[in-house]
Amino acid sequence: MKAVNDLSYYVNKGESVAVVGESACGKSVSALSIMRLIPYPPGIIVGGEIIFKGKDLLKISEQEMQSVRGNQIAMVFQEPSTSLNPVLTVSLQLRETLELHRGLDKQAAEEEATKLLKLVGIPDADKRVTDYPYQFSGGMQQRIMIAMGLSCNPELIIADEPTTSLDVTVQAQLLELIDNLRAQFGTAIILITHNLGIVARYVDRVNVMYAGKMVETGPTDDIYSAPKHPYTIGLIGSVPRLDMPRKRKLYVIDGLPPHLARLPGGCSFHPRCHYAIDRCRQEVPALYELGKDHMAACFRSQEMEDLLKKERVA
Amino acid sequence: MTSNDTLVKVENLKMYFPVTAGVLRKKVGDVKAVDGVNFEVKKGETLGLVGESGCGKTTTGRCILRLYEITEGKILFEGQDLAKMKQSELRSMRKDMQLIFQDPYASLDPRMTAGGIIGEPMKVHNLVKGGKEYQDQVDALFKLVQLEPYMAERFPHEFSGGQRQRLGIARALATRPKLIICDEPVSALDVSIQTQIITLLIRLREEFNLTYVFIAHDLSVVRHISDRVAVMYLGRVVEITDSDELYDHPLHPYTQALLSAVPIPDPAVDRQRKRILLTGDVPSPMRPPPGCTFHPRCHMATDACRESKPEGRDVGHGHWVACHRV
Repeated sequence: MKAVNDLSYYVNKGESVAVVGESACGKSVSALSIMRLIPYPPGIIVGGEIIFKGKDLLKISEQEMQSVRGNQIAMVFQEPSTSLNPVLTVSLQLRETLELHRGLDKQAAEEEATKLLKLVGIPDADKRVTDYPYQFSGGMQQRIMIAMGLSCNPELIIADEPTTSLDVTVQAQLLELIDNLRAQFGTAIILITHNLGIVARYVDRVNVMYAGKMVETGPTDDIYSAPKHPYTIGLIGSVPRLDMPRKRKLYVIDGLPPHLARLPGGCSFHPRCHYAIDRCRQEVPALYELGKDHMAACFRSQEMEDLLKKERVA
Repeated sequence: MTSNDTLVKVENLKMYFPVTAGVLRKKVGDVKAVDGVNFEVKKGETLGLVGESGCGKTTTGRCILRLYEITEGKILFEGQDLAKMKQSELRSMRKDMQLIFQDPYASLDPRMTAGGIIGEPMKVHNLVKGGKEYQDQVDALFKLVQLEPYMAERFPHEFSGGQRQRLGIARALATRPKLIICDEPVSALDVSIQTQIITLLIRLREEFNLTYVFIAHDLSVVRHISDRVAVMYLGRVVEITDSDELYDHPLHPYTQALLSAVPIPDPAVDRQRKRILLTGDVPSPMRPPPGCTFHPRCHMATDACRESKPEGRDVGHGHWVACHRV
């Protein structure tokens, strides 16, 4: 099964990038690969390079990787309640990374842990640092995860669906927090999500994935104002929006995403695509350059603007 | 006062769950999941019920079906009080009200075939005579939710999440209900599948003149499908009005904050919007704060809010709000 197939993307220093796609499109697997956290067996990275600051992370030893993982690249997972250890206090869990990577002694690590909790906006941080994870709400737990991610001043944070299991108001708080921290520390961010709506405001560039492949990539404004891949167009058009008329007809992407072990021939999206032509059924489209940094893997991407215009008139 | 076009009227509904402690299971307090809720749903209307997790929206939905023994209040369904009915009387009422669950994985019996799941309500309520009619009805229900009748032999695990939700909808439709409570029917699904299900629900509503109570936390989805929306916070309704009015002129500070937290998938528009960021979390429904339960997180709170509970009032055109500052 090819969970991720021939995927390339990059993140500049201090930049925030979104990786968007539905369940099982390979977005989380690509992130875990960066961290070399794919369990083997069964998973194996069969080819490619993951260059971090000029070094190929796939070629370095496990020992070297350990100094990168958590230290230079940190990860925030989707479900804070399952990624925190329930039987250890928050303080102990934060100290673990601080002592290991930054070589602080217990006293200094404890102070640093409290400071980090304050930074991510946990009220009464000095008292609550000795609490257990279950004593915090979901939103607070995710703040603790972010604090952990930040503990070694990483250059890159990979946030895998960081707000998915949380309420809208808490979601807004957390995204705002992540964005402020980026501005403050210049940390680059990869935000993995299935919700195109939440990322619009916070990222510089968007990568859209479908069935293990990149289908479109570009600067945020271009992706939202002039999407070129039918899947991206569908994703954007299918969400009800507060600023649009209530009874607006939604764009429906028919069918289901394909099983990754049984991908259709040609472009993987063609069975669900309104614009598919014969060529789409036979050949796999490469990424076409459409503008500065803007690429889409669709044979019809160049004529997409005209196609959409015609549809609007009809 | 119940007019003829009202299908459901909920009056002062309270649902407390006891909290026990110790080996003797002594009662130490109550979780006030729903604490004095009033609203009505007209025939053919869709009422949206929104709020954050733990605000009591799901409990309210289940109380309407009387899946719980409610603590206090009235639930009038076509003028009859469900809260006073005996189980045997309720049984015959139940075919008129159905529920669509949030998790399509947990709400279908894994050991029954899809056909059996959809057909069972018709058997229970004796709605069909003979095998031929039964089979025809099951086939028709499959087609209605855009599944193929030959799939009736399959088991739930052979279906995808979206297809399972379609099964859940077909099962709810099997008894030709008047009211369907949709409890977060799309929140477990992918974006493209969400749209398919929403579109299906809207089509069915028009085809069968259904009345929905649509429970969800996603405000943009709720607005799309509902005629009127009730916003809940900590077991109470804080604002009810029709969809357009609520989104154009929200009056309660909580509604305003909730709306401003919903992102708009367009960076150009979204960056222009003013955000009201709520601080803190929803308090525990075991120990709700005194006065207006929202005051600890409210940026407009005054002393009055800390001391007395605001009574709800109609500010015109059926726009109902419970806030001292409006």
